[in-house]
Amino acid sequence: MNKSFDNEMKVEFVSKSSNESFARITVAAFAAQLDPTVEELSDIKTAVSEAVTNSIIHGYENKIGIVKIIAKLEGQKLIIEISDKGKGIEDVEMAKEPLYTTKPNLERSGMGFTIMESFMDSVEIESILGLGTKIKMTKTIKKPNLEEYEKDFTMVTK
Amino acid sequence: MESYFNQDEKLLVFKVSEEIDDYKVPEIRRKADYEIQRYMPKKIIFDFNNVTFMDSAGIGLIIGRYKFANLIGATLELANLTSSIRKIFEMSGILRLVPETELI
Ligand SMILES: Nc1ncnc2c1ncn2[C@@H]1O[C@H](COP(=O)(O)OP(=O)(O)OP(=O)(O)O)[C@@H](O)[C@H]1O
Ligand SMILES: [Mg+2]
Repeated sequence: MNKSFDNEMKVEFVSKSSNESFARITVAAFAAQLDPTVEELSDIKTAVSEAVTNSIIHGYENKIGIVKIIAKLEGQKLIIEISDKGKGIEDVEMAKEPLYTTKPNLERSGMGFTIMESFMDSVEIESILGLGTKIKMTKTIKKPNLEEYEKDFTMVTK
Repeated sequence: MESYFNQDEKLLVFKVSEEIDDYKVPEIRRKADYEIQRYMPKKIIFDFNNVTFMDSAGIGLIIGRYKFANLIGATLELANLTSSIRKIFEMSGILRLVPETELI
């Protein structure tokens, strides 16, 4: 691991749904340093959007609170922590189940955690009722293969 | 989001151009339901050609419109899904009820 490459960012914002796009774009811009593919960037944006939306609509239930995001780079690994000081999750195992939602009347599909788990390498949920929720996700971005790239390049220039 | 209605085919098409998330969905839903009630189509297509982002809010949006379409005897189909958007719909199983279709 190249220590000199390690990096960290932190952002906090008010729990308004109009900030969801700001949040995912900010993390994606930070992660861009690892040279992710378009698809990897899209996966990261979606996972961030899921966790941030959950903090806003479930954690704070549209009351005003602060959502915090910390993102770190360790070598090619991206680590994202998204936390709120909202109401917390009663049953984390249940919450992770596909199609499980406590807000079906709002046309939620209960797929948020399933999407986070499939788009990121790992997802950990820490939650305490009445105190809040923290989601930690990681994703390792493959290094662009320079040899392949150079081979393609010489083929093109020949 | 823009929409057009083809009277001969009783086809209502929504060309979505918003990023589909929890912030934008209420507006899309309001517009879609208004147009569906206005035209009472036989077939509804959501065109994703200009959608650059979608999260799980999009699944809820499509399931909700599917139920509404069912209620009035219309079918619902999705067009021009990108690979990221298709992945999200596939996970939810909704593509079995709301199939993909071609639309230029
Ligand atoms: N930050 C949070 N604070 C409190 N409860 C949460 C939080 N995040 C998730 N939950 C609970 O976990 C459930 C499942 O979350 P998940 O994101 O999978 O589905 P959803 O948000 O209900 O629907 P979707 O994400 O598909 O719109 C939620 O319905 C909610 O009860
Ligand atoms: Mg969710």
